[in-house]
Amino acid sequence: MRNMTVIDRSRSGQTADVPGGSEPSVAPAASSKEHKFQARKVAVYYGTKRALNHIDLDIGKGEVTALIGPSGCGKSTFIRCLNRMNDPIANCRVEGQILLDGMDVNAREVDPVELRARVGMVFQKPNPFPKSIWENVAYGPRIHGLSSTKVELDEIVTLSLQRAALWDEVKDRLQESGTSLSGGQQQRLCIARALAVDPEVILMDEPCSALDPIATAKIEELIDELSGNYTIVIVTHSMQQAARVSDMTAFFHLGDLVETGPTDNIFTTPRDERTEGYITGRFG
Amino acid sequence: MSAAPNPVVHATRARVAASLVRRHRNEQIFHGLGLGAIVLSLLALASLITDVVGKGYSAFTQTHIALIVTLDPAVIDPDGTRDPAALLRADFQTPVRDALRARFPDVTSNAERRQLYALISPSAPYILAAQVADDPSLLGRTLELDLLAGDEVDTLVKGSISRDVPEDQRRITDRQIGWVDALTAAGEVSTPFNWAFFTGGDSRDPESAGILGAAVGSALTLAVALVLSFPLAVAAAVYLEEFAPDNRWTYVIEVNINNLAAVPSIIFGLLGLAVFLNFFGLPRSAPLVGGLVLALMTLPVIIIAARGAIAAVPPSIREAAMGIGSSPVQVVFHHVVPLALPGILTGTIIGMARALGETAPLLMIGMVAFIVDVPHSVTDAATVLPVQIFLWADSSERAFVERTAAATLVLLAFLLIMNATAVYLRRRFEVRY
Repeated sequence: MRNMTVIDRSRSGQTADVPGGSEPSVAPAASSKEHKFQARKVAVYYGTKRALNHIDLDIGKGEVTALIGPSGCGKSTFIRCLNRMNDPIANCRVEGQILLDGMDVNAREVDPVELRARVGMVFQKPNPFPKSIWENVAYGPRIHGLSSTKVELDEIVTLSLQRAALWDEVKDRLQESGTSLSGGQQQRLCIARALAVDPEVILMDEPCSALDPIATAKIEELIDELSGNYTIVIVTHSMQQAARVSDMTAFFHLGDLVETGPTDNIFTTPRDERTEGYITGRFG
Repeated sequence: MSAAPNPVVHATRARVAASLVRRHRNEQIFHGLGLGAIVLSLLALASLITDVVGKGYSAFTQTHIALIVTLDPAVIDPDGTRDPAALLRADFQTPVRDALRARFPDVTSNAERRQLYALISPSAPYILAAQVADDPSLLGRTLELDLLAGDEVDTLVKGSISRDVPEDQRRITDRQIGWVDALTAAGEVSTPFNWAFFTGGDSRDPESAGILGAAVGSALTLAVALVLSFPLAVAAAVYLEEFAPDNRWTYVIEVNINNLAAVPSIIFGLLGLAVFLNFFGLPRSAPLVGGLVLALMTLPVIIIAARGAIAAVPPSIREAAMGIGSSPVQVVFHHVVPLALPGILTGTIIGMARALGETAPLLMIGMVAFIVDVPHSVTDAATVLPVQIFLWADSSERAFVERTAAATLVLLAFLLIMNATAVYLRRRFEVRY
């Protein structure tokens, strides 16, 4: 499989030129660590318009991977492929292969419902259910049958809220509506809600773009604490955020994956001039 | 430092100022138009209510005449069985007429007697029969009873008949007016609250016609319509909004549902006649069939309202539910439908209110029949409030005018209750997000 991919890459001509150049530096690292996701030749079309162009990207287990790039570059489209959130979009078509622990997530026998229980998601705009805080967190475990009693459910809710660093702020008002919280608290509630179903991966699609700097700092701190236990993929517009929270960074531009590597390398010694242009603020 | 005024900026300011005058004037015109429209509609509503209440309030009282009636067992129950069923069919007309003749002994000619007898409603003996069947011990006694007056007497007492009209142009004679005046002077005419209007079915005699039969008919018909149309419409709306593939067939179905909402209601009546009555052989005049027809008519209304309400649920809620692994059905029934429920209920009540006021399709399936009994089940023959109004408005007796207006008031009260329910339910299920 790996060999085939390499051959495919070399065959794909000009577009493979730049990622091809990074091949030697990525490949040894790939063999030394475990990969949670392996994306191979992923292309996404909205109707006839191509949004993603043969993306090959490995996402390390227990790492925080940041996807950066200017608006419309396809990073959100890519992250939504990882838990098949593009499925309900009528004219969206995904090609290529995305392996989660070696299993093709787009295979016919994969149930997207089960996939999303393993790969949780936090969205750009905090979107708690218009129900109580307790109900927000308990909903996932309940529909997945993770607990049989109210006591167990209470434990899960408490633990999830603690992990999301929200417990101290809401422990006295679990029956209040989730929508009554502040924006930053709502986003942490959404993270708690994702954690409650015990996922392996958490996808975050610009989780801080609707938040003020203080709330952003709390979320980033939280991402730091969660890394290691969870594989985290985060889409962000803020390069400082990517630099602060991620282990690996992938730079997208106009549907292409331009460059990927350890975050420190990307920000200090970018190989591609587009990456350099973006991170130094010349465009984007 | 003081710069000379920039001529370009100056010209711009002048144009903005000129346009501001125009915009403020437009604003005032629209303000006035809007206010005028509201005042006009309030005036229309006020005149409607005033007219209906003014015509209808007198139907809530009913004239009775006190007479001394001798319940002679030899006339009423010659066999002496005291059987209630037999008593109901017994001759109570004779004692009532005897009582009238005893009150006005100077009446001798047959023509005059007929006029005298018309003072009391033809329904009065039946009401008396029901009283005696309830309590056979009344037999053999002489009682002062308040007997239901005839419709012309009732109308005269309520002042709806002018005494200035020449005798040959009114249905009550000078002689009868004289008797009524004599009875009034003696304090033997009373106008108590008309309970019979709310507890009885229809009647050929306006003085004993009641609204209960039509009200129960309306309630049964609407219940059938609601039970059938609400789940079907919600299911259809959920499917079209959340599950249907976006293709030509879905489009055709959508267009046809929208067209169905605009089909004249009498067409649905014809459909009911052809399909439910003639093909399936369901009972004529029954609330079951009326409900089926009204359900068909209401379906597109609820579907359109429900689709709007479902589409208005923010996509972020669907994504949130999907993102933690809700199945599509869980997304819909745990999140989307509960949030859309206030809108769905509003649409349902609007559809039901329209169905409540519907007359034309029900004429086609025979709910226009004259039905005296209050219906007890959805297969009993019945009529509904708007059809009852239509029937009474079509009757020639003067006394039906006030009953038509009173029935309209009852219909309006029904509508008011339904709208209040809609407001309550909307408040109850409304969720802020």
